[in-house]
Amino acid sequence: MITLNNVSVSFGERVVLNSLSLTLTERRIAVIGANGSGKSTFARLLNGLALPTSGEVIVDGLNSAKKGRELRRKVGFVFQNPDNQIVMPVVEEDLAFGMKNLGFSKDDIAAKTDEILARYNMSDLREHPAHLLSGGQKQLIAISGVLVMDPAIVVMDEPTTLLDLRNKRRVARAVAALPQMVITVTHDLDLITDYDRVIVIDDGGVFADGPPAEVIAAYQELMA
Amino acid sequence: MLDLYSPGTSVLHRLSPGVKMLSMALGATLLFLNQSLLITAAATLGILALYPVARLPLTKAAAQLRPLLVIFALFFAVQWYFESLTLAAYVVLRLAALILLASLVTLTTRSSDMIDTMTRGLRHLKPLGVHPEKVSLAISLALRFIPVLAQITTEVREAQKVRGLERSVIAVAMPMAIRAIKIADDISDAIDSRGYRS
Repeated sequence: MITLNNVSVSFGERVVLNSLSLTLTERRIAVIGANGSGKSTFARLLNGLALPTSGEVIVDGLNSAKKGRELRRKVGFVFQNPDNQIVMPVVEEDLAFGMKNLGFSKDDIAAKTDEILARYNMSDLREHPAHLLSGGQKQLIAISGVLVMDPAIVVMDEPTTLLDLRNKRRVARAVAALPQMVITVTHDLDLITDYDRVIVIDDGGVFADGPPAEVIAAYQELMA
Repeated sequence: MLDLYSPGTSVLHRLSPGVKMLSMALGATLLFLNQSLLITAAATLGILALYPVARLPLTKAAAQLRPLLVIFALFFAVQWYFESLTLAAYVVLRLAALILLASLVTLTTRSSDMIDTMTRGLRHLKPLGVHPEKVSLAISLALRFIPVLAQITTEVREAQKVRGLERSVIAVAMPMAIRAIKIADDISDAIDSRGYRS
């Protein structure tokens, strides 16, 4: 469970999020909103990449301001641009990066690498240079690099924005099959139609919050 | 030179990364100490002969040199103009030999194996304040992001070409610098979020 208690975030004079209080328990939660509405900052709060200026973010009892490292182990984060998330030159090295940091054994690293590559039909890419992957492959490797660390919660910041339709569907299928709680920040309304809960962030606050059909309709009206 | 590891099972692939890296360092030193064009030419041929041993086609060797042809031509012209034809040939051949040698090592050695070897080697320098893991991460990031920065350079050049600014160094350098800084921020967050302990 994730709880935001009266959370505000400011960058200098600019208030990005203003007194946000939310409890997140659903398995699939989407956060939508216009560019600059504060939704990416919201996502970054959830694994401690951004800290509240005031208020607190609690994830399964861990306060993001005090237990940042433990929080990041619990909450995996997938960035919008996989090119900036894949940090090692070769696919299997990148998959191993997070696991090595967490102290996994060599055998565990090898087994989990095998499993995740097989899961997404990418076993032939094990020794592939990362910069030669297609956009869809890069995003799946970026997601895989997070999943092998066994996070309890996965936060994704616009995971399909840079992808073509085929790869969007591929990533959507991968996300749908995840057993974890997933929080997706997105502009891709097709991706979230079967989510449990959709939150619209606008002007630093919650504009709408509820089931996809009615919240997406409210959002479309807001953007009209 | 941007070609990284080329998977294989040849003798050179199986050779210990430490041996390959030390041999590369020794070979490069000898190439610099040597002043003979004949020996440099023989060494270049010798290095080229190792490509088939590593079951790499000679086209792969040519691909390592192709991006640097303009630099080779420039060096050759300057040396020939100011010194002599022999020295020009010697300088360019030596540079080509060094690049072929370094590429042979990167093509037959996984970067993770190279980095692990370097990390182990650098541990001896810990008392001098060297952080082996940080050095290793920096090298990995450099290997990973050289192609990304090359891609950004192409994109920025094309964007400025459309606006008739392809010859302006500032018009290309500024957007590149801004994007590189933004990428550095994102990478830093990505490394943090994947449990890296700095």
